[in-house]
Amino acid sequence: MISRRDFLQAGVAAAAIFGAGNFPVLAARQALTQNQLLDFKTTGNVTIIHFTDCHAQVKPIWFREPSVNIGVGAQKGLLPHITGQDLLNAFNYQTGTPEAYALTSEDFVSLARSYGKMGGLDRVSTIVKAIRAERPDALFLDGGDTWHGSMTALKTDGQDMVNLMNALNPDAMTSHWEFTYGIDRVNEIVEELPFPFLGANIFDSEWDEPAFEPYKIFERGGAKVAVIGQAFPYMPIANPGWMFPNLSFGIREARIQEMVEEVKQEGADVVVLLSHNGFDVDRKVAQQVSGIDVILSGHTHDAVPEPVKVGKTMIIASGSNGKFVSRLDLDVDKNGIKDFTYKLIPVFSDVIDPDPEMAALIEKERAPFKEELEEVIGTTDSLLYRRGNFNGTWDDLICQALIEERDADIALSPGFRWGPSLLPGDNITREDIHNATSMTYPNAYRTEMTGQYLHEILEDVADNLFNPDPYYQQGGDMVRVGGMGYSIDVSKPVGERVSNMTLLKTGETIDPTKTYVVSGWASVGEDTEGPEIWQVVEDYISRKGTITMDPNSTVRVTGV
Amino acid sequence: MTVTRREALGLAVGGAAALTTLRFTAPAFAAGNAVEDAILEFTGGATPGSGDITIGAPEIAENGNTVPIEVSAPGAASIMLLAAGNPSPGVATFHFSALSGAQEAKTRIRLAKTQDIIAVAKMQDGSAITTKRSVKVTIGGCGG
Repeated sequence: MISRRDFLQAGVAAAAIFGAGNFPVLAARQALTQNQLLDFKTTGNVTIIHFTDCHAQVKPIWFREPSVNIGVGAQKGLLPHITGQDLLNAFNYQTGTPEAYALTSEDFVSLARSYGKMGGLDRVSTIVKAIRAERPDALFLDGGDTWHGSMTALKTDGQDMVNLMNALNPDAMTSHWEFTYGIDRVNEIVEELPFPFLGANIFDSEWDEPAFEPYKIFERGGAKVAVIGQAFPYMPIANPGWMFPNLSFGIREARIQEMVEEVKQEGADVVVLLSHNGFDVDRKVAQQVSGIDVILSGHTHDAVPEPVKVGKTMIIASGSNGKFVSRLDLDVDKNGIKDFTYKLIPVFSDVIDPDPEMAALIEKERAPFKEELEEVIGTTDSLLYRRGNFNGTWDDLICQALIEERDADIALSPGFRWGPSLLPGDNITREDIHNATSMTYPNAYRTEMTGQYLHEILEDVADNLFNPDPYYQQGGDMVRVGGMGYSIDVSKPVGERVSNMTLLKTGETIDPTKTYVVSGWASVGEDTEGPEIWQVVEDYISRKGTITMDPNSTVRVTGV
Repeated sequence: MTVTRREALGLAVGGAAALTTLRFTAPAFAAGNAVEDAILEFTGGATPGSGDITIGAPEIAENGNTVPIEVSAPGAASIMLLAAGNPSPGVATFHFSALSGAQEAKTRIRLAKTQDIIAVAKMQDGSAITTKRSVKVTIGGCGG
């Protein structure tokens, strides 16, 4: 008898012989069905749908999960800091399965060819509609980072995403990159939004007063469900504060506790925190704040297949880029949650039928830009991906482009976690380049920095990632560096982690007193000058024609 | 033999440890002498203990030039705030009378770099309590 796994491997071999035809779709269809993916034991009286960090990805994409996602301090070895084969072992998933493809980077390219792209807002719509068919009053909650991340979102100031998401009828959302359109644009959109834009931790910085609605209480299935919004706490630090000058954010743990007490006084039977804190921060919030039943965690892009329980709180993390939709059913009465059922639904785009209404809306939003989006700039021979604590081939490519196009010694590229992948053999379109670079502060600067300042930058960013106290973590990955190698001991305190900084083109040690020409992008400083990063990358790719990326061994990591 | 104040304080803590096993480590010992001196001058030479005193501050400053800080110590006669890592650590001392509704205060301070904020409260019975909280000042710019 041929097992499913054997069949798939046979399928991969056959696909290689036949070339990239329709076979992969067949393999995914053979292995999975829509009914299987949506199959769910409807439980209790309340259903919550969680969707987060889609970064304006409305079409199916490839998205390789990280192979390196280090947890430090008390988080060491805990979810979501378990990757690859270890994650498969932890949940008893076999290699080569749909789960292995969706949740890890193991054997990514070959499994991608078997199972096809993931995501697509039209597939998400099918899932949401199917859940609502079973539970019409299901709460649909968007964790934010929704309006940003694509060329069409940028060109329409987020309007395409607002239009598409409105068609899905969310009940509430919270935010992060939304604010990079500037406060005036955010206010303009929020005024028209048919659902609340929640952020209990957003304050007016002058008068220290709440600036947005903190929570909303919904009556569902005879229960009162309170949803408290928590926007990204480090908004003015990690993104340009000058774009929303009068707002202050922060974790504001005491404020969360205060909101929990307030909604309980108003009769909430279940308390949900719709959070853009990041997973480790949310775990600490669950330990410190009492009375939260469910944290719907966003920001750090973790796809965790089961709820993580911290005391009485369960944390749900629903991945990114439209790859997953979470469904959580709760049996709630006056004494709280009696029972629950949860599923992290992987959005296999070849298995889940697109909702034709949403598909038409997506095409309508794309139509004015279609030619520009789909223009092929080059091709890639290598897998291009971003996620991972230290480097990814997409950022290596961006760094190479910065060094060559801007004539620099060293390139810096921010440790963003958004941006889909491309498979070897894929065309690189203008849209693909935008998916990895799109933003409202894109100028690629060229400047001089001393060796000492470069060290300070690396130390500063490393502490945002590896500070053992999650409340000091900002949720990005390490800044990507081109043209310079270094060693990092993640177990050391700030100022002592980064050493052996080496200029790669000469092999010489970086001199703290010497200056180097550095090019980078996404500076949070106002009035940063330089060409838009996507133009720099496009010029480079079109000059090269075909991109080949070698494995990157310039960062040596210890203390894990 | 010359006993420095630092050693003397170390001895005092050692002695205290014999009485209460979970004696705190006063922040002053970790900070510079200017901070230590300011605390002892404020308390009249007494080593402050732990108690009901809290500092509210952002974990990471959004703008190091104006960081909102609040401090609360129910029953305090006065509270002194110090920024241990500033060139001049003194920030403010708040005095409360018997008629004060609450013994808490808010202010905004400038922080030169990542450092501990220290609060010391002198209680009505003359005893002193202290707490500290680290506020990070970062270059920023790489959040995902």
